[in-house]
Amino acid sequence: MAVEHPVATQAGDQTRIHNIGYRTYDGPRLGRSYATRSLYSQSLRGAYGLGRSVKSKVLPMLLFVVMCVPAAIMVAVAVATKANDLPVDYTRYAIVMQAVISLYVASQAPQSVSRDLRFKTVPLYFSRPIETADYVRAKFAALASALFILTAAPLIVLYVGALLAKLDFADQTKGFAQGLVSVALLSLLFAGIGLVIASFTPRRGFGIAAVIAVMTISYGAVSTLQAIADAQSINGGGSADAIAWIGLFSPVTLIDGVQSAFLGASSAFPGGVGPSNGEGVVYVLVTLGLIAASYGLLMRRYKKVGL
Amino acid sequence: MIATESLSKRFPRVTALDRLSVDVGPGVTGLVGANGAGKSTLIKILLGLSPATEGRAEVLGLDVATKGAAIRERVGYMPEHDCLPPDVSATEFVVHMARMSGLPPTAARERTADTLRHVGLYEERYRPIGGYSTGMKQRVKLAQALVHDPQLVFLDEPTNGLDPVGRDDMLGLIRRIHTDFGISVLVTSHLLGELERTCDHVVVIDGGKLLRSSSTTDFTQTTTTLAIEVTDTDDHPDGTRAVRDALHARGVDVLDGSGGLPGAGHILLLTAQGDETYDLVRDVVADLGLGLVRMEQRRHHISEVFTDSEQGSEHSTDTQRKEAVGHGG
Repeated sequence: MAVEHPVATQAGDQTRIHNIGYRTYDGPRLGRSYATRSLYSQSLRGAYGLGRSVKSKVLPMLLFVVMCVPAAIMVAVAVATKANDLPVDYTRYAIVMQAVISLYVASQAPQSVSRDLRFKTVPLYFSRPIETADYVRAKFAALASALFILTAAPLIVLYVGALLAKLDFADQTKGFAQGLVSVALLSLLFAGIGLVIASFTPRRGFGIAAVIAVMTISYGAVSTLQAIADAQSINGGGSADAIAWIGLFSPVTLIDGVQSAFLGASSAFPGGVGPSNGEGVVYVLVTLGLIAASYGLLMRRYKKVGL
Repeated sequence: MIATESLSKRFPRVTALDRLSVDVGPGVTGLVGANGAGKSTLIKILLGLSPATEGRAEVLGLDVATKGAAIRERVGYMPEHDCLPPDVSATEFVVHMARMSGLPPTAARERTADTLRHVGLYEERYRPIGGYSTGMKQRVKLAQALVHDPQLVFLDEPTNGLDPVGRDDMLGLIRRIHTDFGISVLVTSHLLGELERTCDHVVVIDGGKLLRSSSTTDFTQTTTTLAIEVTDTDDHPDGTRAVRDALHARGVDVLDGSGGLPGAGHILLLTAQGDETYDLVRDVVADLGLGLVRMEQRRHHISEVFTDSEQGSEHSTDTQRKEAVGHGG
């Protein structure tokens, strides 16, 4: 541009700017894995609105607080009443708060991937050292981590509170560990489902609506069918097994099934009967299968989204 | 910088590139072609993002088929389309893109500040990109392509959507990328006139085939034709004719510039032999007491070399225009 020529007669401060010529860069170039990590940390921060506008911080932060406040109240109650146990199991907490978690996924999954599609930033990423797989992994890992932070934070509050209330240490630690495994699985599953749905639309609104729909409709349908099956089995229909099998069809009940079979949780299924160990294996396989399938679908999706 | 060897890309229905063999050296190279000529496909292959159906290509001496990541680390890319998120500032965006190119955090920030300054973004770089004008957005797009100090940049239609002034600024900037920054440039456009002013070398492709590849000077400086227009005075009612006769008397052949167009009979064309021709014309016109309305170089435009149905007919902006206002009358 014409103004940038180092003309001696130009005004004082401008001359100073112009005298700094172009400097080449001889420093290190850290390559693919560093770039992937950068994308991961940028996406993870973005999932809580950090590095973005004030407006985009409101919802994730609010949901984070909403997740933690009940835990804090429960701890306060437990301490005050000198209870022998916490009012809710570590494993049960996320199931109770599932609406908040779904809302978080619905708001942040589109934020993470739909924006890149909408504003066509994706080609810029792929014109740099990273590959399709790096992009998918970074985004997947970032949302799963964000969800883990969201779901594990209240468990930490519960655990610290339980120790302060001098509840049984071994018992609490075991429950806490089981809870962490459970929310880790939940984070991966929800992140996968949310990202797959969001990656198919460049419109954030559609993404939000679709994720909410999938999460709540599947849960609503499964709960209703389970309730019907439960009522029938009480009337002598003899379909208690059906409750367990129906539970495979929504993300929340899937996690519920896995943890009641293997992580010592009490099931939230009607009648309080979770899947048996045999059925539990199917639950675990389906959960892991879904996570893998989400990853595969994302890879396929981004193979097509090139320049 | 770039070398392709019978490079082909076929899609189920279209052949985007058809045995294209071209060598591009350092400097600013223009890649010209109509829409759909295969420009973007070529860039995609050169970035190692899309495998060629046959043939091979090298960028910076690296094979695109196997060394894609290494190429993309040393090459910058400015896409044709919009690619900027509106809710972040230019600084944040370019820093992020620098880190995506492998620059450590501190270096990414320093280079971002430098690069944005070089492309001409100052205080506004802290504001969200959503509020930028098209010209400013193009500069941000250019900055993200340059921020990691590549050896070569691909600029895909960088002047798209800019007004004439913005276009000139952008072309000047592209020129400086090579002269001041030492970065080689491959710039695509469907406007031949633009590339003529900016590039050292022009590659023309059409339908995926190479039409011509040669340096800009070959195109435009084979002949220099001067166009002259003078006023009439009472002494010389037909000034044009008087000048023609006077020049003829001094041994300079004058062509008639009319070409059958109305009003064009007042324009004289002659072949310039050097600075003496300009002096001669000046002296002749002054001796006759005529006013010199114009004396300009008629350069051969690239579009004359390729009389395809290119859209590059925008040559009214003659950079070499020299106008002299008459000496009395």
